[in-house]
Amino acid sequence: MKFGVVIFPGSNCDSDMIHVLGQVVGHEVVEIWHKDTKLQDFTEEDCIVLPGGFSYGDYLRCGAIASHSPIMKEVIKFANRGGYVLGVCNGFQILCESGLLPGALLRNHSQKFICKNVYLKTQTTNSAITKGIPTGGVLKIPIAHAEGRYYADDYTILDLIQNDQILFKYSDEQGVTNDDSNPNGSLEGIAGICNKNRNVFGMMPHPERAAETILGNTDGLQLFNSLTASVLT
Amino acid sequence: MKFVAEINVMPLKELLDPQGKTVSNNLKNLGIEGINDVRIGKRITMNLEANSEEDAREKVEQTCKRLLANMVMESYAYTVQQA
Repeated sequence: MKFGVVIFPGSNCDSDMIHVLGQVVGHEVVEIWHKDTKLQDFTEEDCIVLPGGFSYGDYLRCGAIASHSPIMKEVIKFANRGGYVLGVCNGFQILCESGLLPGALLRNHSQKFICKNVYLKTQTTNSAITKGIPTGGVLKIPIAHAEGRYYADDYTILDLIQNDQILFKYSDEQGVTNDDSNPNGSLEGIAGICNKNRNVFGMMPHPERAAETILGNTDGLQLFNSLTASVLT
Repeated sequence: MKFVAEINVMPLKELLDPQGKTVSNNLKNLGIEGINDVRIGKRITMNLEANSEEDAREKVEQTCKRLLANMVMESYAYTVQQA
């Protein structure tokens, strides 16, 4: 399985992502510039990653301008033909702005940029990225965002629930999801979702920042290992 | 022909606008009473060239729909006038 990490002007988690996928998870990683217009070397068994950061300085709306980058036309085509796409933080915002994932990420309820470890309760094993995580498994993964409040209209939220598209909800250490464990006011405490075809994943927390023993936390590694294992089997 | 467009993008009414709420909650520090439900959006102006007012309005419409506003969370309204 090969990974392609897209670099937008203002991406700042691209190096971490490339390091973890290449050196820790041990897969081939290709850097992709946002002005590139081809993804022909990627097959449906590969994964394009949109990393975190502040693409285009978060101007207008987070992810809005990046979602119209030349490479995004190709990422949308790649996703529509079944290729895996993962967006983390600003990458999740870009996926929502591009229409590959439903909903939007609004300014945190507190109006503040929040940078801290949070707990995530895995909601489904029915996705390549969560297949290897025990049902109800709680992961400790950091968030770092000011616009992470997931919002969609009632109909879309119902659709997400009925189609088992919610991957992670914010929880406490024991896996209890309530208002106290919801750091940003996301509807349903949503921290990550997938699309209906289950090949496009978006999440606000940063698994690439929790993937090495030397940094004290490897919970994020479970997502990457799950993804690579389910694609290879 | 040259036109000027003035566009207002606002958070949808049903959405919590924490920025507006914070301003609203703190207006009492100014000693001004009786103001509530403050909502904060964006005002965008642009100059454009178009063959007709209809053409100009269509350009502005497309700009709003495809980039300036996200219909999941915002609404937009605009005026277009010949410059």
